[in-house]
Amino acid sequence: MAKETVKTEKSEHLLQVQELKKYYPVRGGFLRRKVGDVKAVDNISLELKRGETFGLVGESGCGKSTAGRTITRLFKPTSGNILFEGRDITNLRGSELRNLRQDIQMVFQDPYASLNPKMMVGSIISEPLVNYGHGSEGKLKDEVMQLLERVGLPEDAYYKYPHEFSGGQRQRIGIARALALKPKLIVADEPVSALDVSVQSQVLNLLKELQEEFNLTLLFIAHDLSVVKHMSDRIGVMYLGNLVEVADADDIYQDPKHPYTQALISAIPQPDPRNKSERVILSGDVPSPQNPPVGCPFHPRCPKAMPECSEKKPQLKEVNREHRVSCLLYE
Amino acid sequence: MSSQKPLLEVQNLHTGFNIEGETHYAVKDVSFTVNPKEVVCIVGESGCGKSVMSLSIMDLLPKHNGKIDKGHILFKGNDLVPLTEEEMNQIRGKDISMIFQEPMTALNPVLTIGYQMDEVLFNHTDTRKEEIRKKSVQLLQQVGISRADQIVNEYPHQLSGGMRQRVMIAMAIACQPQLLIADEPTTALDVTVQAQILELITKIQEEVGMAMLLITHDLGVVAEMADRVVVMYAGQVVEDTDVDRLFYEPKHPYTKALLDSIPRMDDHREVLNTIRGIVPSLKNMPKQGCRFVDRCPSAMPECTKIDPALGEVDKGHSVRCILYDASHPEKKAEV
Repeated sequence: MAKETVKTEKSEHLLQVQELKKYYPVRGGFLRRKVGDVKAVDNISLELKRGETFGLVGESGCGKSTAGRTITRLFKPTSGNILFEGRDITNLRGSELRNLRQDIQMVFQDPYASLNPKMMVGSIISEPLVNYGHGSEGKLKDEVMQLLERVGLPEDAYYKYPHEFSGGQRQRIGIARALALKPKLIVADEPVSALDVSVQSQVLNLLKELQEEFNLTLLFIAHDLSVVKHMSDRIGVMYLGNLVEVADADDIYQDPKHPYTQALISAIPQPDPRNKSERVILSGDVPSPQNPPVGCPFHPRCPKAMPECSEKKPQLKEVNREHRVSCLLYE
Repeated sequence: MSSQKPLLEVQNLHTGFNIEGETHYAVKDVSFTVNPKEVVCIVGESGCGKSVMSLSIMDLLPKHNGKIDKGHILFKGNDLVPLTEEEMNQIRGKDISMIFQEPMTALNPVLTIGYQMDEVLFNHTDTRKEEIRKKSVQLLQQVGISRADQIVNEYPHQLSGGMRQRVMIAMAIACQPQLLIADEPTTALDVTVQAQILELITKIQEEVGMAMLLITHDLGVVAEMADRVVVMYAGQVVEDTDVDRLFYEPKHPYTKALLDSIPRMDDHREVLNTIRGIVPSLKNMPKQGCRFVDRCPSAMPECTKIDPALGEVDKGHSVRCILYDASHPEKKAEV
């Protein structure tokens, strides 16, 4: 399949996201008029280097899943730009969008809901190959068998149905399906949060191996900062639709700058009874993204809030090399 | 803490489910104790029987197919197993309370928070009718709900997950129970909210002076909360010790593997340890021998033949593994 090769140069960045916004309209009243927006993703910018794992972390409702799905163009962005290999994919439609999907695949959170229960595993994994006209009948099966083996499933899985597998095995099926077209980017949205710890570590190890083997770029979305840190080269922390901090995985842990990141890290219970460190306990809940606070979105819960935080919205700025924070403390 | 009489003693508990005419044991020969004011954590992966065990204590098993076949549950020396529904009703919510994982399904969606709070006080205490609502509001304030006098008139769906869990805690402590069973109380919550709730539970536990049985799969929560830890695997207790020894001197191969398979913030391992395979389902439990044998890195041929017993290896540290069983020649083999 001939792909467009009009790229000017092979840039370091596989994916660039610029000021991306995704609002969902809220309709109400008799005429179902638009009465407001849920600002699920409110202005995020990030870039993924080739071959790296970028972790996107945040609590429920922070917009990390919406961000992942908008980047893969499952959702249409409200505004902003998405560049994939230097090409603007923000407004792709029809066959162009369809072709793009060969390069960007997704692994979903719920291995129970993301596999068709009426399809045999063999058909599930070969479906993307068939859709894009890869391989003839005989070759197709070989290819699926190879994929099954690669993700650690037995050969007879080909003729079984999803319900015959455990959660971890189903997630392996989902990963095999995402790999089938040899994509350049995989967006994994909470791929292990439905799994038990002993199985979770199997799937995390598999993802790491595959990434190296296939030279994949991975956007890894999860709420568990320990898992994200284990997987990622760089991490972006989201809060209420905004990216509040972006840095190397080690920097985020050793030198968190944003008060939210600091609270998030200190809130994780450490599996070590001798290390009961001081907690930063945040008060209250995450505000509604339909009516976010004016100024810094975190200021109502921020232990370091200053008067100007409720007036001025901070921008993501570089404070150290490759370490960006959006907080007035650093401006 | 050890010299006093235990508050709760579970002895050789067997809870079985009838599946297609055959009884399968989700809890098989479980014994442990909870002392007054002690926090005991039951930890294990899904399907290890930890929730069935807590439901057995509360006599909340599904009536049509689940039942306690053998064993005793002694609460302050009295066996709860033979008690009738009515006698249990006197104990549930009063002496033993429970918090559930999903605060949305544990609260009645069509009744106001106030009504549900009042009900507990009305049934179990002799608070005067006109005092009840005031007491409910007080309890809600005690769990850190600021608009308590308004919340009593609201419905569960109007509250966030963290707030609902606070309401559940307020209801659970309404009668100053001696034992609180918390089944995955923070699993459905975000980490920052989880930190709030864990802090609240610790504070309340000290204020009320109650013991707690905390059921969780999260070893971080265990390290944070527990005095003593019971590790369960496939319906059995595999290790029972204090929290420090669990993390620093784990004995059972399952406990060791579990501790090694969690990613930590402060480590730099590229590859995580894994436990091969998955927890066997209720119908596919090994009939003979150790239930962990298929996944165990230290398995020996005898492991498939001998049912290991839970034995004390050190004072207050019990393990179910033949590596530590003095009556077997392979005792204390290198692990």
